[in-house]
Amino acid sequence: MTRELWKGNEAIAEAAVRAGLQAYFGYPITPQTEALEYMSWRLPDLGRVFLQAESELGAINMVYGAACAGARTMTTTSSPGTSLMMEGLSYIAGTEVPMVLVDVVRGGPGLGNIAPAQGDYNQIVHGGGHGDYHPIVLAPASIQEAVDIVYQTFDIAEKYRTIVIVMLDGSIGQMMEPAEMPPMQEVRKVWPAWSASSTQGKRERNVLTSIYLDPKDMEKTNLRLMKTWQQIEKNEIRYKEYFMDDAKFAVVGFGSAGRVALSAVRAARAEGIPVGLFRPISVNPFPKQQILALTDKMDGFFVVEMNSGMMLDDVLLASQGRIPVEFYGRMGGVMPFPDEILREIRRLHAEGWKAEGHPRDRWLAKLEQIINEE
Amino acid sequence: MPLSGTIVVDENLCKACELCIVNCPVQVIALDMEHITPRGFHPATLVKEGCTGCGTCAVVCPEAAITVYREKRAEKERA
Amino acid sequence: MATTNFENMQVIYQHPESLLDKNTHYCPGCTHGVAHRLVAEVLDEMNLRDKTIGVASVGCSVFAYNYFDFDFVEAPHGRAPAMATGVKRVHPDKIVLTYQGDGDLISIGTGEITHAAARGENITVIFINNANYGMTGGQMAPTTLPGQKTTSSPKGRDVEQAGYPIRTSEMLATLDGAGYIVRRSLHDPKHIRQAKKAIRMAFETQVRGLGFSMVELLSTCPTNWHLSPVEATHWLEENMLPFYPLDDFKVHPALKNLNF
Repeated sequence: MTRELWKGNEAIAEAAVRAGLQAYFGYPITPQTEALEYMSWRLPDLGRVFLQAESELGAINMVYGAACAGARTMTTTSSPGTSLMMEGLSYIAGTEVPMVLVDVVRGGPGLGNIAPAQGDYNQIVHGGGHGDYHPIVLAPASIQEAVDIVYQTFDIAEKYRTIVIVMLDGSIGQMMEPAEMPPMQEVRKVWPAWSASSTQGKRERNVLTSIYLDPKDMEKTNLRLMKTWQQIEKNEIRYKEYFMDDAKFAVVGFGSAGRVALSAVRAARAEGIPVGLFRPISVNPFPKQQILALTDKMDGFFVVEMNSGMMLDDVLLASQGRIPVEFYGRMGGVMPFPDEILREIRRLHAEGWKAEGHPRDRWLAKLEQIINEE
Repeated sequence: MPLSGTIVVDENLCKACELCIVNCPVQVIALDMEHITPRGFHPATLVKEGCTGCGTCAVVCPEAAITVYREKRAEKERA
Repeated sequence: MATTNFENMQVIYQHPESLLDKNTHYCPGCTHGVAHRLVAEVLDEMNLRDKTIGVASVGCSVFAYNYFDFDFVEAPHGRAPAMATGVKRVHPDKIVLTYQGDGDLISIGTGEITHAAARGENITVIFINNANYGMTGGQMAPTTLPGQKTTSSPKGRDVEQAGYPIRTSEMLATLDGAGYIVRRSLHDPKHIRQAKKAIRMAFETQVRGLGFSMVELLSTCPTNWHLSPVEATHWLEENMLPFYPLDDFKVHPALKNLNF
């Protein structure tokens, strides 16, 4: 296969098509809309289902219906749309049907803006919908990685009958990069045995629901979901390490923040600073064990995000207070420059690690000045 | 001569709403006050001669609890 | 009374096959049960059970899937038409129905039902209008009549404060995607028979691919109306029929010569 220049949103759409996507439902929202537009011609050309819904509520519930009906199905949206989909995601989780959501995250809260951000971390990773459930959340940092991940998501979703969310920062949706497309898979021709695809007079009826009126039945379902989640935590951890073999401390960042941090780490290495990068790809399940193991080798973690330190809390939990943690983030659709991260890396290298107070408070204490000076 | 019919009420389903009773054109259904169903209702039952097997009771029954029978001979004559 | 000789008898009416032989959770006299039975009878008569997928809603009909003997999914509140869209688009050769109450369909689910109708989504909607939220204990619904007392309009629906009820069938019939939209009532045998014909027509609409079909069924809610089942049928006749006229609001030309 050849490498071609792809726009992120279109690349993930094509990757899903090649993974055997049967039905797509979506609603226009920047910076995701090109995925919807791409699907609007690509899927009908292949004789598959595309429908533009009346809202994100409509879209997620069409996906819910198609998932129950046994199809490989997905939607794509951006942050405010994800908020609207939370209802459906909770029901889908409770019904234990597989589906894929791509959230191209933008600045918020509220209408916010259409610039790249990572402020959906909490609502997605820690579950914005009601009740006990955990979606798998994968955060690629390049178009090629997004393509490779989206291509695998349907198999993962179906293996565990769960939700897989691909969390892209707006930048990855919008930018263009060379990427190699995986081969076209054949569309599945047999409906899963559990699906609501009509009995055809050949089997007992299937009922797919998320209502368990007796709390004892609901708790059994919760237990089943949690046991599945334990399997997912065991099998689906993904991360990437850069310059970690001889690193004395590690930057931790996912998605675009991780990618920007990599430029800073490379520059720091050129200056002889022994710093590495740990980039979680599965932010749910979070690579807790790997973070904990790193506390034996590292002097500290420097967390970089495009939000107010949402993954920071997970790093703090995972590192169990064994080593100091520092944080730097930009919010509201502002992307940090490599220089900003490099400046912090140099400072940590020169001044050492502080332990007093919360890393978020230390960061906030200096952020206003940074913003004012720009 | 009116057709002859009968009804059988499924006592597991009947909830004694009385809709069959008030809608019966020949007024031959009543609640059986001597009997209580497993769900705690006095079930509807045929209490008089004269059922024509018209099916009206079954049409209004919200529980699909009534099976209606009608004489075969009568049906042929009608045809 | 004389003992009946069943050998000389034929069955005129019996529990339909598409309906499971189960005790429902519906209150005594609630016409949800009648609507369930009519849907089941029509699917039996059209021999569609094996290819039907139902979508239940939220409200008293939330457990509809417990009573119908075919594949069923359970939608979030108001979203049944969207879910049904997902099912139908994946299975265009199957029969897909939603069964929704008035709070579900024309309050929280107004967007979903309107756009399903506008798209001409080839599904059948059974719409139960009993002028209140039954499941949550009788609150004011978008269909509650002016002046009607409910637990959230204790002095009667004040249209100055709470606005006016929605005549859903009339509204949806303005949409070009609608193939068949009628209102019927379940308060007496004659009207129940007419309702069954309408349900048959709605499924014929879907079988023929003529677009969105909906039968609005005026229904009783004896418990929340604080009336006996028999009194409730009278209340419906006296109060709901004048406000919600029984009529054919949209009938696709291809359906006009059909008769059952």
